[in-house]
Amino acid sequence: MMSPILEVNNLTKSFGGLRVTKGVNLTVNLGERHLLIGPNGAGKTTLFNLIAGDLLSDSGSITLAGKNVTKLPTAKRAQLDLARTYQILTLFGKDNLLANVKLALLGKLALRWKCWGSFNSQAALDEKALSVLKLVGLDSKAYLPLEQTSYGEKRRLEIAMALAQNPQILLLDEPLAGLSTEERETITDLLKKIDRKITILMIEHDMEVALAFADRITLLHYGEVITSGTRQEVVGDPRTKEIYLGQ
Amino acid sequence: MNRLFSALILLLLIALPAISGGSYYTNLASQILIAAIFAMSLNLLVGYAGLTSLGHAGYLGLAAYISSWLMVKWGWSHTSSAALAIVSTTAIAGIFGLIALRATGISFLMITLAFGQILWGLAYRWASVTGGDNGISGLTRPSPFGIDLGEANNFYYFTLMVFILVWVVIAIFIHSPFGATIRGTKDQPRRMSALGFNVWFIRWITFTACGFFGSIGGILYVYYHQFISPHSLSLANSAEMLLMVIAGGAGTLAGPVIGAALVLLLKNVASQYIDHWVTLLGLVFILIVMFIPGGIVAGLERIKNSLSSSK
Amino acid sequence: MSFWLIQSLNSLALGGVLFTLAAGFSLIFGLMRIANLSHGAYFMLGAYVGLSVVEAGYSFFLAMLASIITIGLLGVIVERVILRRLAGNSLSQVLATLGIAFVIADCSLWFWGGDPRPVSAPSFLAGGVEMLGLTFPIYRIAVVVCSMVVALGLWALLEKTKLGVMIRASVDDRQMAQGIGVPATRLFSIVFCLGAALAGLGGIVAAPILSVYPGLDADMLPLALVVVILGGLGSLAGAFIGSFLIGFIYSFGQVLFPDLAYIILFLPMLIILAVRPRGLFGKITA
Repeated sequence: MMSPILEVNNLTKSFGGLRVTKGVNLTVNLGERHLLIGPNGAGKTTLFNLIAGDLLSDSGSITLAGKNVTKLPTAKRAQLDLARTYQILTLFGKDNLLANVKLALLGKLALRWKCWGSFNSQAALDEKALSVLKLVGLDSKAYLPLEQTSYGEKRRLEIAMALAQNPQILLLDEPLAGLSTEERETITDLLKKIDRKITILMIEHDMEVALAFADRITLLHYGEVITSGTRQEVVGDPRTKEIYLGQ
Repeated sequence: MNRLFSALILLLLIALPAISGGSYYTNLASQILIAAIFAMSLNLLVGYAGLTSLGHAGYLGLAAYISSWLMVKWGWSHTSSAALAIVSTTAIAGIFGLIALRATGISFLMITLAFGQILWGLAYRWASVTGGDNGISGLTRPSPFGIDLGEANNFYYFTLMVFILVWVVIAIFIHSPFGATIRGTKDQPRRMSALGFNVWFIRWITFTACGFFGSIGGILYVYYHQFISPHSLSLANSAEMLLMVIAGGAGTLAGPVIGAALVLLLKNVASQYIDHWVTLLGLVFILIVMFIPGGIVAGLERIKNSLSSSK
Repeated sequence: MSFWLIQSLNSLALGGVLFTLAAGFSLIFGLMRIANLSHGAYFMLGAYVGLSVVEAGYSFFLAMLASIITIGLLGVIVERVILRRLAGNSLSQVLATLGIAFVIADCSLWFWGGDPRPVSAPSFLAGGVEMLGLTFPIYRIAVVVCSMVVALGLWALLEKTKLGVMIRASVDDRQMAQGIGVPATRLFSIVFCLGAALAGLGGIVAAPILSVYPGLDADMLPLALVVVILGGLGSLAGAFIGSFLIGFIYSFGQVLFPDLAYIILFLPMLIILAVRPRGLFGKITA
């Protein structure tokens, strides 16, 4: 049960003279729902970018399901079953929802090299994409152009794209940001339903929702891990109170 | 609706020599088709991959000079010289791509401009091989199956067949799953990487394909003019090709063809009435960039939409 | 020995001209992120305008003034009417400048015809000066002096004036500069005007050496790009060093390896772009 799917060891990153990530150690176990919290500027998204490969670390190591991925580019890490969502939506604005998910599915299929045959009439792909949209409750809107969907629906699509990659580990960067209460509930339910074979590492500011959802929590501040443990341990830690109340 | 329209256009193209009113117009049509091939190939890079290049005329030059040189200096046949010219131009495009794709945006634009200028400089200065400013002349058109392509109508149909073939291949390519990934890299390169796509490799294949189709245009170009000189690979020519793509509508299939027709009609027809058609072209282009960035195709769609919504 | 000295002067003169051309391009790119593809056209138009003033019987200095003012004005109009409307869309702005280049080139052809037009240097700068047993053309020395004045003026502007501080801040970090209240839109007009005016000045100053002809714009633009890429986008020091480096490479190259001289120019640019996209001194990766 305690097999780590992600191990970050002593990870460091500096920009110019500024150290944004200072010797971060993080272990996420298979099936875990791990929450990353910390005040603004703590370096949470930077850590995500380091784990996903958008940024390369200065020192330290990152191990994904036993493989050392520290020097690998983003695309290669994605091929090793890592998926992520972005804080700012990165959807394909000119397409409909189905096309967005199809593209996400294509990333790991040999089909992506096929230079003939219409992309629009790949029956098996279309079917798979519809089932992914069903997971997030958007299958009825599959053929709507993206611009005709609400922000909440776009956030759900962003998650659907990541799920389409059939990941082992899913990095969610503030999936609830900017959503109404109703939409938050919809997405929280969605997240709760995600199969435990997918590990989730999440950044989120909505404490109520996040705390209810998380198995383990890591608190980051100024690029350093302050404390890490179960919900009770972290919430009860005096340093946590200091950091949040001292705001 | 679209199919009917395409069928009509095709019929028109096939019937053109009969209705054109003379070999001047038939020849003009041939030139438009050749320019359209250049524009369609450039569009792969500019419109679909989102990489703006100002060195496209370089492929015209490479293919034209290589095939001409093989025919004139070594007496090769049309087929073998064309084949080697296309293969070597495509290979050189692949090598260029390795360097150019280390950059994006403006840097990429400048690298492609530099490549174009280097080729132009070679054509201009390496006089022993390229004939310098005089270029290579005395070239002949092929006679496939004994048909003399020196005759305007024959050459037109030959060009039309190649054009249709290129159009169909590019259309299939763009609509394929790989084509969808090309468009994805233009829209959201970061997201594409996160989804596992090798964005660089997708771009490199597109870059090389762009050179391949451009080389086909180059062969047709040198057959038509029976002459090649450094002017054909000038910066001005590359800029004109970019103009065709943008003005017609980048990222569409019809756009580059319309753009090519626009520029060539201005150059050959309007020039008889307006001395300064280049100024006109430049102004039209600026207006399109400012007000209808999707080009003429987008403009036509807007008209179509407003007509159907006002019913 | 004499060959080296004469060619060195030619190199310095060419470098000076290139600096005037490239400095404007670099400033415009550094501040506005626009690769001004009409920059060569401004250079050529400046030469033509100056030519007309000289042929009308006025002094060369008046010609220089006329070029600076007209091209600067043209720059302001282009920026206000066209480029500002496309703010935020770099590619559209670059394409617009391409269209403008076409229009300027054709209108110049219209106005001044297709023949190359020589421009005579002002009479008091004509002829040569005897030094070290050789005759050095005075005009070329004057060109070098002029470019140094321009360089000094630009340096003073950027380092010692409030305007210069705002420009440098905006080049370094545009969002931050806007955040502290630097008036971006007004700055853009000023810098574009300045850049264009510099190109125009370069054109008339170079005219006695290069003369003016249709196609001068297409000849000069790639040179400006090579200098700016080499020296680094947005860096005036880079443009300065790059200009003279290229001036030397091209002048000597033309004489020593005429077949390859043009190509030699681009190879360093390509290598820099591929290996160190920031250029020698640049602050911006394009």
